[in-house]
Amino acid sequence: MSALPQAMVARAGWAVLVAALLVAPWLFYPLFLVKVLCYALFACAFNLLLGTCGLMSFGHAAFFGSAAYIAGHAAKEWGLPFEAAMLCAVGGASAIGAVFGYISIRRQGIYFAMITLALAQLIYFLALQLPFTHAEDGLTAIPRGKVLGLFPLDDNMVLYYTTAVIFLGGFSLVHLVLNSTFGQVVRAVRDNEMRAVSLGFEVNRFKLLAFTLSAAIAGLAGANKAIAFKLATLVDVHWSTSGNVVLMTLLGGLGTLFGPVAGAIFFVALENYLADSGLPVQLVIGAIVIGCILLFRRGLVGEIENLLGMLARRSKKS
Amino acid sequence: MSTQVILGQLLVGLINGSFYAMMSLGLAIIFGLLGIANIAQGAFYMMGAFFSWMLLRWAGIGYFPALILVPLAVGLIGMAIERLLLRRIYRLDHMYGLLLTFGILTFIQGLFVWLFATAGRPYPVPAELRGGFDLGFMFLPAYRAWVVAASLTFCLATWLIIEKTPLGRTLRAATENPNLTRAFGVNVPALMTFGFGVGVALAGAAGLLAAPIYSVSPLMGGDLVIVVFAVVVIGGLGSILGSIVTSLALGLLEGLARVVYPQGANMVIFVIMIAVLLVRPAGLFGRER
Repeated sequence: MSALPQAMVARAGWAVLVAALLVAPWLFYPLFLVKVLCYALFACAFNLLLGTCGLMSFGHAAFFGSAAYIAGHAAKEWGLPFEAAMLCAVGGASAIGAVFGYISIRRQGIYFAMITLALAQLIYFLALQLPFTHAEDGLTAIPRGKVLGLFPLDDNMVLYYTTAVIFLGGFSLVHLVLNSTFGQVVRAVRDNEMRAVSLGFEVNRFKLLAFTLSAAIAGLAGANKAIAFKLATLVDVHWSTSGNVVLMTLLGGLGTLFGPVAGAIFFVALENYLADSGLPVQLVIGAIVIGCILLFRRGLVGEIENLLGMLARRSKKS
Repeated sequence: MSTQVILGQLLVGLINGSFYAMMSLGLAIIFGLLGIANIAQGAFYMMGAFFSWMLLRWAGIGYFPALILVPLAVGLIGMAIERLLLRRIYRLDHMYGLLLTFGILTFIQGLFVWLFATAGRPYPVPAELRGGFDLGFMFLPAYRAWVVAASLTFCLATWLIIEKTPLGRTLRAATENPNLTRAFGVNVPALMTFGFGVGVALAGAAGLLAAPIYSVSPLMGGDLVIVVFAVVVIGGLGSILGSIVTSLALGLLEGLARVVYPQGANMVIFVIMIAVLLVRPAGLFGRER
C-alpha cells in the first residue's frame, strides 16, 4: 500500500528535478547552484553506501578531497583537458576507495564509522605533507579548460550545465544501482548478512564494490568542485567535510533517493545565508542536527514521504 | 642523534599517551554503558581546558582548585546533556548516538568559536610545578612529570572504582546486562547518567592537564578525538586496563616516530590501526559486539 505513493513521489521527484535543473540558472546565481550540485552529488555518493550496505562512513572527505587535489594537479601542472583531469581524479578516488573499503568493511556499525574517520584523517595528514598539495595554501588558480575542447568553462552557464549533466549522470547511476539486482543483493546483505552468506553470496565482495563505487562518485563530485571553483584545499579532506556530508544526508533523509539532494540544497543555502549574519555556521548546524535527530529523524524528504503515505492510507479507508 | 632528543620525544609521547588514556577510558565507559561512540568527547576536553582558563582569568581560581572544580563542572554539564538529549535515543540504532554526539560536538565548538574566536589562549604553568629535575641524562620539566603522574592517577582511580567497589560492580553489571540489573532493583537510567558524567569528566580533566602544555582554543578537541577513536579501534572497547595500556604504548610509539621520521609522526597511529585491523579485526583487547 505504501509502495504506491512512494513510486508517485519518486516519479514526480524526477520530473521536478530535471525541470528544476534546466530552469534554475535563470533564477539563482549559477555558481551557487554549481556548489549545491557538487555537494548534492557528494551526498548521493555517501547515501549509496548507506542505502545499500547500511554502512555509515565518516570518512568520505578522503575521496572527495583527494579527487579535488588530483583533478586540480592534472589540470594545472600536467595541463590535461577537463575530461581527462576528471577521469584521473575519479580513478584516484576509486583506488583509494578500494583500499579503504578493503580495510574498513571488516567491521560494522560504530566501528566502521570510527575506522573510516581515522582512515580519512590519514589522507588529511598526507595532504598536509605531500609537496603537490601545497599544504596550507592548497592548489589555487586551477584552470577550468573547455568541455569537449569547444565550450569554455569560464562561461558560468557552460559551467553550470556541465555540472548539471555530471550531477544527473551520477545521480541516475546511484538510482540505477539502488534498484539493480546488485543493489538488491547488497541490501539483502545489510538486512540479514548470515542469510545472504548462506545463499552463496560473496558478501564482502559486494560490500567492497559498493564502497568503491561510492568513493568513485564522491570523487567525481570533488573533482567537479575543484575545477568549478579553481580550488582544492585542506578543507576538502578535513573531517568536518566528512561530517557535513553525513549531516546533509541526515537533514534530507537517510536512505531516501532525493533526501541527499534536498539536504545539500538546504545546507549550502544556509551556509551562504549565515555567512552574512555573523552567526557561526557550526553553531546553527549543530543545533539543527540535534533538533533533527530528536524531532524529525526521517529528514525533509523522509517526513514528506511518510506524510503522503499516511494521507493515502487515510483516503483509502474513508 | 643524542639520547636527550630521543628521551625528550618519548616524554612528549608519554604525555600524549596519558591524554589518550584518559580520553579512551571515558569513551570505553560511555560506550559500554550507553552504547554511544561519544565523538563529543573532544568538546568536553576543550571545555575542560576553557573552564580552567575562565576560572583563572575571571575568578582568580588557580590550577589546584580547578583540578576538582573542572571535572565536576564538565561532568555535571555532561549529565545534563545525557538527561536532556541522549536519553531520548537509546532505543534507536547506535549510529544515531554517533550522529547526535557529532551534532553536540559541532554545536559546542561553534559556541566557543563564536564567544572566544579561534586564536589560542595561554594558560600558565602553576608556580608549584615550574622548573624541573636534572636526571643526569636528561632534564625533566616538573609539569610534564606531573601530567603523566596525575593522568595515571585519574585512570587508575577510575579503574579501581570500577573493578573494586560496590558502585563499580553495579556499573559493570549494568554494562553486561541492563535488563537483569534493573530486575535486581538497580536504578539503571540514573547509573547511565552517572556513567556518562564520569566519562566526560575524564575528558574535562584531560583538558585541564593539557591547558598549560597546548594553548587553549575551541578547536583543540576535534582532531584529538579522531586519534582517540583510532586508539580505541586498535585496543578494542572491551577492557579498561587494555585501553589504558594501548593508549600509553601508542603515545610512546608516536614519540619514537617523531625521532625517526618526524613527517610521518601524526600518521603512525592510523597506520598501526590499519595493521591491527588486517590481523585482528576486533582489536587487541576487543571482543565482537
